[in-house]
Amino acid sequence: MASSLLRSDRAGWGFAIPAFALIGTFIVLPFFFAFYLSLTNQRLISPNPTEFVGLDNYRSLLGVAVVTLEPERGDDGAVLRDEDGNIEYPSLRSVTRNDDTPQYRGMREWFRWSSGDDARVVIARDVVFMKALVNTFTFVLVVAPCQAALALGLALLINQRLRGINVFRGIYFMPVVVSIVVVSLLWRFIYDGQDGLLNNLLSGLTFGLFQPVDWLGNPSTALGSIIVMSIWQAVGFHMVIWLAGLQTISPTLYEAADIEGATKWQRFRFVTWPGLRNTAVLILIVITMQCFALFAQIDVMTKGGPLDSTQTLVFQAVERGYGKQDISGGSTISVLLFLIVLCISLIQRWLTRERT
Amino acid sequence: MATISQDNHGLRLAVRYLVLVLVAVIFIFPLVFMVVSSLKPDQQLLSDTGSLRAFLPVGDIGLSNYTHAFQRAPVGLFVFNSVFVTGLTVLICLLVCSLAAFAFVFLEWRGRAVVLSIILATLIVPFETIAIPLLLLVSKLPWIGFSGIEHGWLNTYRVQILPWAADGLTIFLFVQYFKDLPRELIEASRVEGATWLQIYLKVVMPLAGPVLATAAILKFLVMYNQYLWPLIVVQDEAYRPVMVGLQYFFQLNTAWGEIMAYLSLITIPVLAFYLVLQRAFIASIASTGVKG
Repeated sequence: MASSLLRSDRAGWGFAIPAFALIGTFIVLPFFFAFYLSLTNQRLISPNPTEFVGLDNYRSLLGVAVVTLEPERGDDGAVLRDEDGNIEYPSLRSVTRNDDTPQYRGMREWFRWSSGDDARVVIARDVVFMKALVNTFTFVLVVAPCQAALALGLALLINQRLRGINVFRGIYFMPVVVSIVVVSLLWRFIYDGQDGLLNNLLSGLTFGLFQPVDWLGNPSTALGSIIVMSIWQAVGFHMVIWLAGLQTISPTLYEAADIEGATKWQRFRFVTWPGLRNTAVLILIVITMQCFALFAQIDVMTKGGPLDSTQTLVFQAVERGYGKQDISGGSTISVLLFLIVLCISLIQRWLTRERT
Repeated sequence: MATISQDNHGLRLAVRYLVLVLVAVIFIFPLVFMVVSSLKPDQQLLSDTGSLRAFLPVGDIGLSNYTHAFQRAPVGLFVFNSVFVTGLTVLICLLVCSLAAFAFVFLEWRGRAVVLSIILATLIVPFETIAIPLLLLVSKLPWIGFSGIEHGWLNTYRVQILPWAADGLTIFLFVQYFKDLPRELIEASRVEGATWLQIYLKVVMPLAGPVLATAAILKFLVMYNQYLWPLIVVQDEAYRPVMVGLQYFFQLNTAWGEIMAYLSLITIPVLAFYLVLQRAFIASIASTGVKG
């Protein structure tokens, strides 16, 4: 249908060029620039010329090894134990500062477990990065399914025909229009270890039995607290997308189900859910992308602490690239993050592909 | 029998509303806490967190936190910066993205398919993955100013505006909308001898009201709530937007009442805007999902 009426190379380029130039300069160019920078030792401001360093940045981020420490033995060959009965091991420095094992030089302990009398120690070149990687994945793996499911629950709740239902919909959506920075500050009050609203609520409900917790100051609760808050803030967004999906399902299907005498669960399982298939794919992809970008909550609430329990990839990329002016280090993390996001969205698309 | 089933119905209705209200409380209590606390002196603010008083405007209520906030930080300047950057970015974005979408949908030109697929491919690149290389890029970019050519865009308005002035999602929204407009309209205007600019201005844009509202709202939310980007490219407070200006309140002694006042000040206008245009806000979020 090539119509000469609509054909014009000059007008076409003329209309498209402003947007294309902006996107090319500020998105496409830095995207490829990131790959290049990750192979150099570029700094934001430096008197020395930039050098090409190959894959060194990747090696120093991703270097991981497992070493086995054998227990200290006495003269009789028996395993030595300390006062508490724990096996004594040589210090890790005997491996990481040993000239016989130069490949482990400079690596630090990430975590360890015991296997028989031996201890297996996982050592990493960059323990903070590894923790950031694990935290980010934890965040995504918890938030994506929980938030998607809660959002669907809310959408079903709000899809009833009731007087005043729009008021409730409006309230549930409210946190979405509030900046995550503002939300994070407010929730610092909720999570506070002393005057926190959450501690006060819990001790009120248990008549004072509950011991106050410093939710953000405790390595075992900090990430969980940020997860709960993040879901609270963003769930309304996905509720609205589910709702749009729900409203595309034809009412005649529900009427047919009623005539067949379907139960509520059957209605959901055989009418609602199949109709939401495309919406589900979209929502999972959108939430996953948003989760990997986790930054503002961390910056406002914990700065990655306590004990690196809330480090994330973006927070590390910014801390290095901006805070330490180590552009190449920050770019390397950015490239790894992009590759992860790309893989995940390809996997999600493949898992949820149309089966024909 | 009839009365029993009616009671039953009433009860079920009551339970439904109870659930709706409880969920609403979960979503609204931090915001109520924010506004109420902004009216209280620091000491009372902290002691009230132990009871329901935290959510009630009781005790020593006043606006002094607001006046103190203005004294402590250049609040007016931060608000101006945010409004200026947000407003200008939304306007430029609507213009260049609608122009591009117009070209993609109504015009046939060499390179159209390639350019469109490059633009749509950027949708899977999260901004966070290009922030650091972009930081280096903008620190070196030239600019022709009043005093000739200067280098470096840090600490300016343009560094907050231009990188956000066009994006794949907005173009996508316009493309989806334009595709549903009748092509005969365009062809007829061509036959009558209208130029492409005339068709864009007089035929297509007058019909684009809904998509303009959608795109403007989405862009507005993104721009007003910017944090990461201005944090790393604007150290000069003269150009800082509201979210980054917040740091001001954590220097020296932290006065929570003033922080709550500042948070209320930068949030309430957006909430009010949202409450007035609720339908349009929700429709714009929904439209990112339906056809995607």
